[in-house]
Amino acid sequence: MLRSFCHSRFNATLALIGGSGVQSSLDPAGREAERIAALFWWMTGGTVVIWLSMVALAFYAIHARPEAHTEKRARLFIIGGGALVPTVVLGGLLTYGLSMLPDLIAKAPDGSLRIAVTGEQWWWRVRYVLPEGGEVVTANEIRLPVGEPVQFDLDSPDVIHSFWIPTIGGKMDMIPGRQTRLVLHPTRTGTFRGVCAEYCGASHTYMAFYAVVMEKADFKRWLEEQRQPAAEPVDPLTKQGREHFLANGCSACHTVRGIGADGLVGPDLTHLGSRLSLGAGFLPNDLETLTRWIARTNEVKPGVHMPHFRMLPADELHALAAYLASLK
Amino acid sequence: MSEPSHHPTHESRQSLWRLIVSPTIWAAHFLLSYITAAIWCEKVAGRDGPLTGARVAIAIYTVVALVGIAINGWGGWRRHSYGAGEVPHDADTPEDRHRFLGFATLLLAALSAIAVLFAALVVIFFNDCR
Ligand code: HEC
Ligand SMILES: [Cu+2]
Repeated sequence: MLRSFCHSRFNATLALIGGSGVQSSLDPAGREAERIAALFWWMTGGTVVIWLSMVALAFYAIHARPEAHTEKRARLFIIGGGALVPTVVLGGLLTYGLSMLPDLIAKAPDGSLRIAVTGEQWWWRVRYVLPEGGEVVTANEIRLPVGEPVQFDLDSPDVIHSFWIPTIGGKMDMIPGRQTRLVLHPTRTGTFRGVCAEYCGASHTYMAFYAVVMEKADFKRWLEEQRQPAAEPVDPLTKQGREHFLANGCSACHTVRGIGADGLVGPDLTHLGSRLSLGAGFLPNDLETLTRWIARTNEVKPGVHMPHFRMLPADELHALAAYLASLK
Repeated sequence: MSEPSHHPTHESRQSLWRLIVSPTIWAAHFLLSYITAAIWCEKVAGRDGPLTGARVAIAIYTVVALVGIAINGWGGWRRHSYGAGEVPHDADTPEDRHRFLGFATLLLAALSAIAVLFAALVVIFFNDCR
């Protein structure tokens, strides 16, 4: 019983350290993450060896040969163990780590998929730059084709953010006034989580997103769908919702392509209903949450740069939410 | 028992400055390499440009720094081996203080040399400004 308790505790601890599945550097789903995980395991192995040697030395000094050593022997220990070995070990680790870096920051080959991501307080503006020209705009979710290099062009209009999908690769800061670059090679399909990895204000912890790695054909289909204008409302409720959306000034901040809403302050909502999450990766995308988001925005997300619409009557809120949810 | 003032171990001839020569060279090497690479990438090569010129400059800094450290370390070694003293040079005599300062200089020189090499290692692996 105690054993099984310990065992499950141990597993829980491991899971906590390593994470698993959606947001773990140690369960890689990308070439960059694989190398980072390899580096981590080498480092861990190295430190375990050093620790064991230290324990062995302590044992040797206390139990195996407690008597005084000759001057020569003592000097050997001090110079060898205190200076030589650490220099060689550190030099080795430094060389190994440095040798990895050039590849990690290399440019993607020409013709690779390029995605411009802007970190804003506290959400992600995402633009797929199409090789044939033009772009597809979305937000708070990133989809990638498996087995292909993708180049992210990153920046920020406000404060420093950092773009990180631990399962797929390393992180890269998004710095105002400067474009940074990150190349990732996803190696297997799945749904992973990305986060902002640089404290950026009140809702920093609520600035996340899902990264979905898909088969190439699925990805192409998805991108084509995202390129389309918003779906026409088909029933009276969603038709009403669209009117409320335009009448309440949502369109001053939000774009919904095809209905004349072209605000650029907040996330593009053209296909909001197709997203896995709401409010930048931290809320479920369902009708109830959507209604709460619109009515009590600032309670849901502290400091949010969207006004709340608590003054709207319940039926209007309901229609708004139904309309946005229908935008698949 | 005190030595004449021109004798190498006389207290008035000891200096703490020689102790910090090597670490200072290390700091200068680091700063110069950093600034050179920054200016090179910003003003000359551009953000994705080759690092060639900066690499050559850093290679030169490294050789110069290592020679400087070697000279300083050699001086330390000579003072450390002055007369017939054994480490840890902790006797309360001008001779042992002389040897001790030399020995400390030597150790700092070794540390600085390794640090300079570690810093220079970076440009062996990187050949562009990214
Ligand atoms: C002053 C500008 C502004 C107005 C007006 C505004 N919003 Fe927003 N909205 C934002 C910003 C900014 C965000 C991103 C907030 C965040 O996640 O930190 C946002 C986020 C959202 C989201 C979540 C998007 C996502 O990707 O998860 C929804 C849904 C939304 N707004 C709906 C509305 C509706 C409906 C209205 C009108 C009733 C409205 N907004 C009015 C600025 C605005
Ligand atoms: Cu942040």
